[in-house]
Amino acid sequence: MNNLRGIYTIWYRDIIRFWRDRMRLVGAITLPLLFLFVFGPGLSTRMGLLGPGIDFAKFIFPGIIGMTVLMSSFMAGVSVVWDREYGFLREVLVAPISRVSVVIGKALGAATVALLQGMIIMLFAPLIGISLSVGTMLALLPLMFLLAISMGSLGVLLATYIRSIEAFQAVMQMLMFPMVFLSGVFFPLEGLPSWMDVLVKLNPATYGIAPIRQVVLGVPPEFSVLGHTMTLWENITVVAVVGTVVILMAMWSFGHQE
Amino acid sequence: MTDYIIEVENLVKKFGDLIAVNDISFKVAHGEIFGFLGPNGAGKTTTINILCTLLRPTSGQATINGFDVVHQQSQVRQSIGLVFQDPSLDERLSGLQNMRFHALVYNVPALVREQRIEEMLRMMQLWDKRHHEVRTYSGGMKRRLELARGLLHRPKVLFLDEPTLGLDPQTRNRIWEYILDLRQREGVTIFLTTHYMDEAQKADRLAVIDYGRLIAMDTPEKLKRMVGKDIISVKTADNDNAAEVIRLRYQTEIRRDGNELIFSVTNGEEFLPKFIRAFDIKIQSISLRRPSLDDVFLKLTGREIRQEDVRSTFKAMVRQYGRRQRR
Repeated sequence: MNNLRGIYTIWYRDIIRFWRDRMRLVGAITLPLLFLFVFGPGLSTRMGLLGPGIDFAKFIFPGIIGMTVLMSSFMAGVSVVWDREYGFLREVLVAPISRVSVVIGKALGAATVALLQGMIIMLFAPLIGISLSVGTMLALLPLMFLLAISMGSLGVLLATYIRSIEAFQAVMQMLMFPMVFLSGVFFPLEGLPSWMDVLVKLNPATYGIAPIRQVVLGVPPEFSVLGHTMTLWENITVVAVVGTVVILMAMWSFGHQE
Repeated sequence: MTDYIIEVENLVKKFGDLIAVNDISFKVAHGEIFGFLGPNGAGKTTTINILCTLLRPTSGQATINGFDVVHQQSQVRQSIGLVFQDPSLDERLSGLQNMRFHALVYNVPALVREQRIEEMLRMMQLWDKRHHEVRTYSGGMKRRLELARGLLHRPKVLFLDEPTLGLDPQTRNRIWEYILDLRQREGVTIFLTTHYMDEAQKADRLAVIDYGRLIAMDTPEKLKRMVGKDIISVKTADNDNAAEVIRLRYQTEIRRDGNELIFSVTNGEEFLPKFIRAFDIKIQSISLRRPSLDDVFLKLTGREIRQEDVRSTFKAMVRQYGRRQRR
């Protein structure tokens, strides 16, 4: 009961802060929209079809949804660094709520905001020429949420080690962009150079993007690991396992800081 | 229930080779204002951090409200309120939202929550500004909001770590009015750290600490009586000669502070006219004062509390070791 209250309060504060700073939302969806409406169509005309009825703009659409969710939730960890810098973290740490509930509340807050941004991108589907049924959209929500909570936890985990906002942002750039570029957001995962193939398959984001693409475009599983074609549920399982490990690590690390 | 709200026994905290808190023991009674006096880096904040469960002691024991600070963290946290040296507010939220956050995490019952928040904000005269973002508050308002927040869950002990550091004298006085008023109204025990002497003066009992050790503990009056004598500061045309004369004539120790000579005598009021009449070197200025806590500290440690160059290096070291230990 105590834990639930703690989780709720931590989450609620992040939502209030987000709501007070709504302009951030505009900034956060600018890059995805540029990819969708400038980068995508710009390359589409030259590239031909990447699948039956799927041009480049359509191909990257689910990837961009995933990217939006990933970047937003990952970067939310900065709020922990921010709180430490501005002292508010002490108020949280001396409160009679467990460190575990603080981590869960933070990860949930990050995931909620990321989910909201992913949903906004989702609504642009008709402009790309993709029609999403209500059922498809509802199916996307848990997929986005899973990716968001895993990446949100990773952000919190990093934030318990990195003490300055500048350093955190540097590490974000170093990790986030490779994760995005090596995850199949922008290109199909077949016939890649072998060094890239290895990195793509070690990247947990790959397994988060693939099911989103499968659901949005209704295409069959698109990549295989060690000769085994990954099904939708196998991809989901990989993300869930990685997410669980990361959030447990974040709880441990957060609980042991002084 | 014991007679003491805070009990500390043989507390030690090491950061690497550095001993920040060195075998400290003390007890604080219910409703007392207990002060920790010492220069920056003496171990005051480290001790507070241990008492409020932010740091684990290397060895020794501490209980608050009967709860162990290592094994019963949740109960300890529920029993205490804190006002930190550095602000710990969410500047992007309003004063009211900061209060609500606190009420929720400390489980203030929903029925009394809003009423209690209003009561506290009114007491600290922040009610009119409750919807403003905290970043628009002045330093004094922020500190008052922290006080209001720290009291919201009716803590048994209120920790004030340098509560008026960096505030102007007027605001400091106001904050102190609130604090003294609080004790009256809420019967809360106050644990205070400070290196301002006038602030330490307000405590019922003071513990003087230096280099992590507790070197004296008593009421401010009794501590001052330790020094005993009145203190004379004199500036003359020829200080070297004057020091020699005074030393021979009055058999007393003389200390130099800038271009003043300082020595202590019993019964200063009667001493002063006689001294002036008998002294042949030209006196430029002379003053008499009662011993202050500064003198107590000087007598106990051989240093003035304001000599902060060495001490702040020490503090920086503590911080650094703290960080290193974290890795």
